[in-house]
This record gives sequence, structure tokens and C-alpha cells, in this order.
Amino acid sequence: MAVRMPPVDVALVGGGMTAAILGKELAEAGHTVVALERGQMRQTIPDFQSPTMHDELKYSVRHGLMQDPRVQTLSFRNFPGQRALPMRQLGSFLPGEGVGGAMVHWNGQTWRFQPEWFALRSWVNDRYGRDFLAEDVTIQDWGLSYEDLEPFYDYFERICGTGGTAGNLRGEVQSGGNPFEGARSAPYPNPPMKQAYSGHLFGTAAAELGHHPFPVPSSNSTRHYTNPYGLELKPCMYCGFCETYGCEHFAKASAQVAILPAALANKNFELRTRSYVLRVEWDRGANVATGVTYVDARGREVFQPAAMVVLCAFAHHNAVLMLQSGIGEPYDPRTRSGTVGRNYTYQTMSGINVFYAGSKRINPFMGAGALGTAIDDVNNGSFDHSGLGFVGGAYIAAYQTSGRPINFHPVPDGTPRWGRAWKQAVAENYNSTVSLTIHGSSVPHPNNYIGLDPSYTDAFGQPLGMVTFDFPYNDRLMSRHVTEKAWRVAQAMGGKSVSVGWLDDHYSIVPYQTTHNTGGTIMGTDPKTSVVNRYLQSWDMHNLWVMGAGVFPQNAGYNPTGTVGALTYWALDAMLKQYLRNPRPLVPS
Amino acid sequence: MTRPVSRRHLLKTGAASVAGVGAAVAIGTCDESGFPICRGSQAAAQPAAPAPASPASNAAAAAPSGTGMLFFFNDPEAAFVTAAVDRLIPPDATFAGAAAAGVLTYIDRQLASGFGAGDRMYLDGPWLADAPPEQGYQLRFTPAQLYQIGIEEIRAHVRAANAGREFWDLGEAERDDVLSGLETARIVLPSLPAPVFFETLLANTIEGFFADPAYGGNRDMVGWRMVGFPGAYAQYLELVDAYDYAYRREPISMANEDARHAHLTDHP
Repeated sequence: MAVRMPPVDVALVGGGMTAAILGKELAEAGHTVVALERGQMRQTIPDFQSPTMHDELKYSVRHGLMQDPRVQTLSFRNFPGQRALPMRQLGSFLPGEGVGGAMVHWNGQTWRFQPEWFALRSWVNDRYGRDFLAEDVTIQDWGLSYEDLEPFYDYFERICGTGGTAGNLRGEVQSGGNPFEGARSAPYPNPPMKQAYSGHLFGTAAAELGHHPFPVPSSNSTRHYTNPYGLELKPCMYCGFCETYGCEHFAKASAQVAILPAALANKNFELRTRSYVLRVEWDRGANVATGVTYVDARGREVFQPAAMVVLCAFAHHNAVLMLQSGIGEPYDPRTRSGTVGRNYTYQTMSGINVFYAGSKRINPFMGAGALGTAIDDVNNGSFDHSGLGFVGGAYIAAYQTSGRPINFHPVPDGTPRWGRAWKQAVAENYNSTVSLTIHGSSVPHPNNYIGLDPSYTDAFGQPLGMVTFDFPYNDRLMSRHVTEKAWRVAQAMGGKSVSVGWLDDHYSIVPYQTTHNTGGTIMGTDPKTSVVNRYLQSWDMHNLWVMGAGVFPQNAGYNPTGTVGALTYWALDAMLKQYLRNPRPLVPS
Repeated sequence: MTRPVSRRHLLKTGAASVAGVGAAVAIGTCDESGFPICRGSQAAAQPAAPAPASPASNAAAAAPSGTGMLFFFNDPEAAFVTAAVDRLIPPDATFAGAAAAGVLTYIDRQLASGFGAGDRMYLDGPWLADAPPEQGYQLRFTPAQLYQIGIEEIRAHVRAANAGREFWDLGEAERDDVLSGLETARIVLPSLPAPVFFETLLANTIEGFFADPAYGGNRDMVGWRMVGFPGAYAQYLELVDAYDYAYRREPISMANEDARHAHLTDHP
């Protein structure tokens, strides 16, 4: 028999960014809140301090801050009909584990999506016609607009102390910023990061070709800053240990630095660690969630009753939890019916290296997670897709995140993979290479979804989540187009050679690409094609809400965290102003 | 997975071998075990490129005592790994190769610890050894088992193809040929796909060459010196926008207490 805990108003599944925000705000509004985190407590001091934090092997190669696949992993296949096999080691993406979740080890690249992305289906129909895309490009409208979300983007940027140069302030294009962004109600709360040599070389060449370079918006703080919660961020030291690391400097906006202390100060909020949620419990008669069952540190099954449950786990895990809980209709790729697991999307990445072969000193180790110079001229809303046959786009950036040499030792095309020539090439090119990231969007496809694996189970005996994914044809066309644009910039950068990593293979679970897993619990306007409504409230039971990038109906050519943060505050606003006083479905189904 | 060994003598031999790959098998400083790495007959039969006078030998000589101790590999396994990794990252006139950089010690410690035992790996069956590469590693072996089985089967293959000679008896070009045969699956092993073993060995060798010296490899921070990586140092606020700056500070290991940050005390 499960141990039964005293009931609370709200149970949050997870202890990362979205749970920290909701925990802080709902507790402050007078509700009792418990956040159930599967991992352990981690704090900037003592857990993220140098020199031991500066351990590439432990944190980047062995994934020291990440989910442990021995306990729980996913299975994976490229297409329905293929046998899914377990992801036996982390690779392609890196979900975090422990307090703060992935907001501990993220880079801090804090983007907004362009306005048309939120009504993508309508935008494509209006602009290019209903027959412009193949029927298997199952893009959808989100059910909200950029204008709806803008105040919450703004607030999230203030929480994170994001630094950048505004490109569009209340409709006025600003010099030095991104002219293709949606209108901002306010400038960034902090100035942009210093721009590295790599970004300077890229930005200069891009501007000469008529593009519009700007500093990547960064939540690696650029000065001493106190956020609206009264919490202090300190200036980034450009140490080059950001992504996959905790920040020792109190500079990267982690949950620990920017949110959690405000939540933990409220006695209405409890953060319960080493609590591994197995499922949401629900009343089949009343069709409401009644709480969650988790395994505690002693290995006991514990039932936590709650008047409201919010899924705040990593993107695909929210979908897996719904499937394991039997909530909603699982998506079936054969009939294309059902919603839970539908429209799983990712990010369509490619890359270019510009080799100066010893003639410049780039000093890549002087880096920060969001240190970069970007252009947005080839993102979805920035150019005309007529005659191209695809929707979507990408930003192109010269990031200088690190020069950690186990993972960063670029060599020109044609270099052997090992031996004397490889060694010489590494020595020659390490400090004189600029890498460009082409950060492409991802459209949904009927074959790409999250289900439950028929044979493999996790440490708790539950079926593994099963991801079926390959890059859709639309995104291959998109990637070809934007990577070619990036190649033109690369050619103009004055290097001795350029190598291009085209997207020309099947999606592989092995090499790291991004931790931008999106979809599976998507938001929308129709309960037949979405899991949650425009407020991130489940269509199936009104007291179950779902946060995170899993709600994106398709993924834009940007990093998702800014939009995840904005959506969390947007949903919170609906909870506080509309829902909690009178719990009910906020959108009739 | 850790096997009790007392093979200090082998390590002395191994350390000696880092004076240069060609010389490694020719040194002939046999210990009482009569282990083949010491036989010293091979150099004459397979003349190798002359070993450059390199800082590698100095680095090896200066290695702290105990760094040669092995926790995992037995003697022939250690001889195999030494002879293989020094072809993956060979010594040159300026920088040590993987052997002198302590990569054997590094891999040995990795395999004797969590990584070797399959830490952070999902190892439940069923297994599908011929899975498409997109689905990643699908063997039933922990990394430690992968090394043991892989080395055993590669040694058998090499002996069969070379009239009984061991891998470490081969010359540089012959060893390269075996390694590329593993890499490209030209060599077929009975129990595992050869490229899986090769890629694991290559990845672990690169790790051992570039990871913090606290892990036993990257001796004298040779990997970092080679590329100009400053190591655990953590502060470039004043330099990041000094374009084309010639950075010359000595690299620093995280094992060096000087790398610790002062703000620990001012931010309780």
C-alpha cells in the first residue's frame, strides 16, 4: 500500500525551471505547493564551484548533471515499423536531473520566437496558400499570439537578467539589434555580452553580405543585477564552462540563482527531492486528477493528494507520464488519431567550420554559454518561401561557448581521424577555427511521435517512453537552404578553408545535437489535435496542466527556453486570474 | 570489474616504452615474468621510424610515483593498449604521444571505476548487436567487458594473421593497418563489431590525452600545451574582446588548489 501524504493544493512534477516559477508564485498567492524532484538538492555553493566544476570529462563527456539512463531512458527508432531500441547512453540530447533541472546546465541563450510562428498554419495558408506544403507537414496554430505572450517574455527576461540589444522596440527598428524580432515592449534588462573575435569575424562578413548581425540574447549576466524577485546575479566571467555545467559565478540564470530562493522562502512551498513520480492518479468518474504517486528515497510508493497537478518535467517526460497514467488518447501514427505524444519535434541543426590554419588567435576557451553573434535574416519570418517548398528557417550564429578540447578539436575536411596527421591538424587548428551554428526549425510529421515501448522497462518496471523520429523532408529542404546561406557568409570570412556539416543523414540518437526536444503534449485550439488548451490546461481534465517545450506544436528556429519561460508565466496568469478561484475548463471543448 | 593485480614491473616496462613507439618494443628491459613486451626481438624484424627525441620521455620519467599502477588491465591487455593508443596519437618532435601522456593509466582507471562498470548505461536486454548506427550502442557489454573481449579477440586475429606475433610485436605500419581494419570493419571479430571497439578506444584515447591530468592521462598537461588550452582557469572577462590576443599563461589542473575561486568566502 502506498504511503499517503497530507493533501496539498498543487503538486508539481519536477523541480526545474517551470516548477520553480510556479512554486514561487502559487505559494505567494496562498496555495500550498509541493514540488517533487527525482534528483537531489544542488546549490551554487558548494556544488558548482571551481576548480572541480571545470571538469570536462565528468560533466560534458560522462554527463555528471544529467538523467541516469540506468534508472530511466527512452527507446528510439527512426520510423514506425522499425524496432525501437533503448537509448543506452545519453547522446543526442541531455535532460537534467536534480534541483534546477536543465536550467542548471543550459547555455543561457534566451530567444523569443518570431510572431508568425504562433499561428504558423494560418500564416502559411494566408501567405503561400493551402497547397503550399505537403499534407504531412502537420503544423498547427498555438492558440495564442505573440502579442498575448509578449508581456510574459518581457517578465521572464527580467527574471533571468537577460542581456541583449533590442532590435524592435514597440515597432521601431533599433540599430545593432535583431530587426526581424517581434516588437518588444521594453529593452533587455541588461546590456549585451562582449563580442568575441569569432563573432566579430562572422558579424563583419555577414554585414558585408547585407545581413544584420547582433549579439545573441544572453542570460549569462553582464553586470550585477537584481531581478524582480530581489535575487542577485553577478557578472559572467567568460570562463568557458557553461553548457553541461553549473555556474560557479552566480552569473547564469539558473533556478537556484534566479527563482528558487524566492520560492523556498515561502512556507507554503515544499521542494521534496529524491521523489520519482511514477504517474498521475485520477478519478475516472469525475475525470479529475487526484494527485500523484511517486517513489521516495526509501523506495516506498507514496501518494501525494493534490487539488491540482502540474507536469513540470522535461519535455518528453511529460508526455510519457500522461501515457503511463492513462490520461488522454495516445497518438496512433497509423490512424493519425489521438493526441498524447503527437507532433514530437526537435531542432534541425547543421554546422560550418572556418579554418584560419594558425593565422588568427581565436582563443575559443574564452567563452560563455550565450556568447555569440547571430543573424536572423534566414529565419522563418525573415524571407519569402515562395517557390522553395518548405516552411521554417534558422538563425546562424558564431558562438564561442568553450574550447574544452575533448569535445572541441576541429580539423579540416580530408584530415585523417587519428594518427600523426590528425594530431598535427588538431594542434594547428584548435586556436584558429570559428564554428558557425545553423539553428533550424522543426516541423511535425505524422510518423514522429512519443509512445510507450512494448518491451523495455525502466528501473520501476514501467514501460520506457518510445520516440519515433526522423528529419522530415520539409526540414531537409529548409536546412539545405539556410546552410547554403551560412556557407556564403563563411566563404566571406577570410579563412583558409571551410567545412560544412550538411544535414544529409537520418536522425541519430548518438551525437549531441541539442536538448531542444519539443512537442508530444502540444497546445492548440482543438482537443482532437492538441493535449492542452491555450492556457496549457489539459483538455481531458481541467485540474491537470502541462508546462515545458512539450507544448510547442512545432519548434521554431530558436532555442526554446525563452518561450518555455514566457508560456509558464502566461499559464500562471490564467491560473491566478481565472482558474484557481473557480476551477473549470477555461476553454470549452 | 576490477581485477587484483600486482604488475608494477609491467608498468615500468610500459613507462619505458613511451620513449617512443618504435623503441618501445625494442627496449628489452625484461622482468622476471618474461612477458612478451620485453622480448626486444621485434625491432630488428620490423624496423620502425626512429623515435624522436621528445619531451615525452621526460614527462614519463617525471611522472609521479604510483601513476603506473594498473587497477584493471592485465599484462597483455596493457601491452595491447599501449601499442594501440600510441598509433592513434603518436609522439612527434614536439609533443608526447598517447602512451607517454599516460593514456594507458587513464583508460585503466576509467575501466576500473564507474565508467567501466556501465555507470549511466541502460544495459537491460534484449540486445541487438546489428542495430542500425542511428540507434547507438546496443551490445550487452559494459565498457570493461568490451575492452576485455575486444582485446582478446583482436589479439587472436593478429596472431592468426601474423604467424603468432602479437599486436605489440608489429611495426607501426602494421599496427596502423590492424587499427584501420577495426575501424572499417575489414577485420571481423567473433563477439562484437570491430568498429565499436575501435571507436571506444579512439574516444577514450582522446579523452585521456585532453582530460584533466587528475585522471591520470594528459601528463604534464601535454594535450593542453599542444593546443593552448589553459585548463581549469576560469576568468577571461578582461580578455574575451582582446582580439587576436596571444595568451601565454601556464595551463592549470583542477587538482591545483590555486584554481579555487576566492568568492567562496564573500558569498556565504
